[in-house]
Amino acid sequence: MSLLADQLLVLVMLINLVMLGTSRLIFSIRAVAVQGVILGILPGLIHPFSFHLAGITAGIILAKGIVIPYFISNAVRKAQIRREVEPFIGYVPTLLLGAVFTALSFAFAEKLPLAPEHKDLLFVPASIATLLTGFLLLTTRRKAISQVIGYLVMENGIFVFGLLLTEAMPVMVEAGALLDLLVGIFVMGIVINHISREFSSIDTSRLQTLKEE
Amino acid sequence: MTDIIIHCAVALLFPPLLLGVIGKTKAAFAGRVGAPYFQPYYDLIKLFRKGSVFSETTTWVFRAGPVVTLSATLIACLLIPLGRHAAPISFSGDLILFAYLFGLSRFFTTIAALDTGSSFEGMGAAREVTFSCLAEPTLFFTLITLARMSKSITLSTILTHPTPATWFAAGASMLLLVGALFIILLAENCRIPFDDPNTHLELTMIHEVMVLDHSGPAFGIILYGAALKLFVLGAVFVNVALPIATGNALADWAIFIVAILALAVTIGIVESVMARLRLVRIPQLLVGATILSAFAMMLVLR
Repeated sequence: MSLLADQLLVLVMLINLVMLGTSRLIFSIRAVAVQGVILGILPGLIHPFSFHLAGITAGIILAKGIVIPYFISNAVRKAQIRREVEPFIGYVPTLLLGAVFTALSFAFAEKLPLAPEHKDLLFVPASIATLLTGFLLLTTRRKAISQVIGYLVMENGIFVFGLLLTEAMPVMVEAGALLDLLVGIFVMGIVINHISREFSSIDTSRLQTLKEE
Repeated sequence: MTDIIIHCAVALLFPPLLLGVIGKTKAAFAGRVGAPYFQPYYDLIKLFRKGSVFSETTTWVFRAGPVVTLSATLIACLLIPLGRHAAPISFSGDLILFAYLFGLSRFFTTIAALDTGSSFEGMGAAREVTFSCLAEPTLFFTLITLARMSKSITLSTILTHPTPATWFAAGASMLLLVGALFIILLAENCRIPFDDPNTHLELTMIHEVMVLDHSGPAFGIILYGAALKLFVLGAVFVNVALPIATGNALADWAIFIVAILALAVTIGIVESVMARLRLVRIPQLLVGATILSAFAMMLVLR
């Protein structure tokens, strides 16, 4: 079972790279949704069945795979944007940076003092790699909506790390974190709408210029 | 001994059929009848019977180009194992020779193109070397990963090492390797997402533009060399992607032939359903392939 989990984690890391390489917003929203669904399946593979587990799985797939992507694509439709134009760093350099970060996270995970049963699994490197990819997306993309996606990827990374502790993690904490995220996405959606209405663009780099009426 | 004879016979006679199969697949997708399967053979025979025209401005380099290209590819095809049988020539470290035989053949193709003095062919040569220098790391990462898996640096061992058990144990990295190898196969052979072998629209072509000045037998050699290169890289791909060994020598040959024909059909399907990429997107895809193979190596090294 942990073998299958490893393959899924490799898929998660590949989705990270896809997200760094693509220029289409709708595509990256779908990618992040797929990543969420994979993360929802993962707990079921590494822990024995329980109702707590089934609840977590259903909740994760619903929130990360359906609700949040739905909100984001709604915001995309309202703000009428189709693709990210010229990120701060080009697509190939970010892709390479993402690959370097993934390699570094493997190297870093080797150094961490992990519990012996977690040593050989891909969870820790995958979580650090996903976290760093989220940072990269947050910092290199111009559009507010891409930054929201970066934020989501980052949260996915944290979630992968948390998977190692699912046993110890009470449902309430899990639900609280998800609720936070949902509210965050909600607020971001509203903010994006406002930005696009006020500035007729959601390019965040334009927010630095002063606007005088 | 029989295996070596079959190896040489298959490698020498089989490659143009792959082009025929690809053409037929594309025709089937377009709803046409298409040229017969053996059309590439007829084309080659026709070209070898023709006379050649050499421009006065060209030197011996231009004439050496096709010959060196073909001979380098022929040597490369003696180095790889076909259908789970050891290659006729193999020694420790031959994977470096294998990779750079392609480098040598490319060098001579481009230098022959530059020798004509046509600005047009120079442009094609520039594109070819740009893309191939992005494709080379992928080939190396893939070979290194396989070498690491099989703990050997001989191509015969490396490429016959993958078995269904390897796929179960390291499925993720094998899948990444197969993906990267397929991209390399298409890029190195100038197939569709990268270059259209049928196009004669000047500004978009890469490989085709470099051989515009060749005619007659020289052009036949180039066409045959291209088919052989497709066959060689296809054989590498099949060895990794479909690691089935029955133990019976003849059955293995049959499986290999069927697999490589299936690969040709797959290439035909890819060419039918995909459009050519814009030139600026090509490096992106090649870098993506490099990352895939590097990632596979990381997973294996861990």
